[in-house]
Amino acid sequence: MKATAVRAGFLTSVQDLGRAGLREFGISPGGALDPHALRVANLLVGNKESAAGMEITFGGLRLRFADDRIVAWCGGNFDARVGSASLAAGHPALVHSGEDFSIESPAIGCRAWIAISGGIDVPVVLGSRATDLKADFGGMNGRPIRDGEEVPLGENSERAKTLAEKLRAQRIASWKPPHNWSSPAQRAPVLRFIRGSDASHVTPEAMETFCEAGFFVSPDSDRMGVRLDGPRLERTSELDLLSEAVTPGTLQIPPDGRPILLLNDCQTIGGYPKVAHVITFDLAIAAQLRPGDTVHFSEISLPEAHRALFEREHDLQQFRRGIESHFK
Amino acid sequence: MEITPLGDRSVLVRVAANFEEAPEHALQQVLTSHRCLVAAKIPGVIELAPAYTSVALFYDPVRAIDAGAAVEDVFGWLEQRIREALAKAHGIRSEQMKVSQVEIPVCYDGEFAFDLEDVARRAGLSPNEVVDLHSGGEYRVHCVGFIGGFPFLGGLAPQIATPRRETPRKEIPAGSVGIGGKQTGIYPIKSPGGWSIIGRTPLRLFDPQENPPGLLRTGDRVRFRPISREEFEKSAS
Repeated sequence: MKATAVRAGFLTSVQDLGRAGLREFGISPGGALDPHALRVANLLVGNKESAAGMEITFGGLRLRFADDRIVAWCGGNFDARVGSASLAAGHPALVHSGEDFSIESPAIGCRAWIAISGGIDVPVVLGSRATDLKADFGGMNGRPIRDGEEVPLGENSERAKTLAEKLRAQRIASWKPPHNWSSPAQRAPVLRFIRGSDASHVTPEAMETFCEAGFFVSPDSDRMGVRLDGPRLERTSELDLLSEAVTPGTLQIPPDGRPILLLNDCQTIGGYPKVAHVITFDLAIAAQLRPGDTVHFSEISLPEAHRALFEREHDLQQFRRGIESHFK
Repeated sequence: MEITPLGDRSVLVRVAANFEEAPEHALQQVLTSHRCLVAAKIPGVIELAPAYTSVALFYDPVRAIDAGAAVEDVFGWLEQRIREALAKAHGIRSEQMKVSQVEIPVCYDGEFAFDLEDVARRAGLSPNEVVDLHSGGEYRVHCVGFIGGFPFLGGLAPQIATPRRETPRKEIPAGSVGIGGKQTGIYPIKSPGGWSIIGRTPLRLFDPQENPPGLLRTGDRVRFRPISREEFEKSAS
């Protein structure tokens, strides 16, 4: 009950929906940078939404299976294959024992989430199987998956076995979730934000620039945050503020004026002015940003941000009900 | 008090206006507010995180809506519940707040104390005097963060306050005790950092295999006890 990472790729880690309740100890939630994509991929293979899967960055992963599994992935515009067949995002596929699943070179975006029926069965640490790459725990001993490594898998559920029977002949299911769920990456996206409580700590001109100018994703971006090059946003003071909580989506302005958009592995507190917060819905798009990409920002209201999340959750419930027939 | 959105899944509750002038008072406000907000069990709230003068409250907007908040005013709904919870704070006296007293053994030997001489020179003191001042103090945890289990401690003798190093070190060993501005703290895991290092503790401040994973929480009282190199080796093994 395992899969072998014949090639592990640039940065592949075990992730689930992360760990809550540990911020008072300085541990951020972590988990899949696009939790919605992982939830959808898990539903497609008959797993619980919270099952652990793999997060890949820039591809290069080749997995070999030791038994029959259902596999599905959501994320950037990657080129994925099961055996010799091409596997588009969002379609569950049956992979036979001894066969390979591979995923390569995204045309747009840089990350994808792979769900395998049975889930990845690494030990639960502090309530989650997610890899905390900063504090070196969870997942595969707190580090990325390595070339040649065996990744433990849980048992196929009855649901997964039923779906496997149905896919015996065609191998790849024809049904899939809404396109923007399975392929959230966009070229030159506009990220929606709500204004932060420290917006007055940059000049009014800087705030205007932020809303109008385009920014470029810097190469020193990672799971902690996306650093942005482009126009510098001038602060009203060199002095930092007293540290307060920060959270994924927070956009902070360090003294050099280059904005940092925080992602899941961010610090729990920070003293840079928090001028904006990218809405949770759009963090799925932010998770796909790669060095050199352009990005714009557009302000919306807090109720609009909540409505977007609420409606997506409603749609996800319908989708969950809708795919039930495939598992019976 | 100010309640303000921190994005679309958290709220900052700023409970004290000032830290520098009255850190103990700010800490007390934070601890009582934190306690009231935990006790209130507001639907949809996932976790709370205190820091210096504020408590952040993290919530799931969908669960708040399921519990009765209008989609158009989740924040107003939460704000009202937060204010109701904090209205009960006046009844809590500081004596009723239970905090842990933790003694941290520290070896101040030169091998571990990369910057002890530098701190002493700046303060116009001998290294031994710095050690006496540091280990003679009584500290409070004002915040845990930056990396897992890192405590920010207030109560440092003003003579040995030391600005952060201009060039941070690429790697500071786990257990290193440092001074950063007016605060002292401990690096729980090896990490880059800019504080001046004056000693090392053999204690583990952060262990993901334990629950809770951190030794210290906001509000805890901390003292440092100087130990010899032999005692360090014995406790570390």
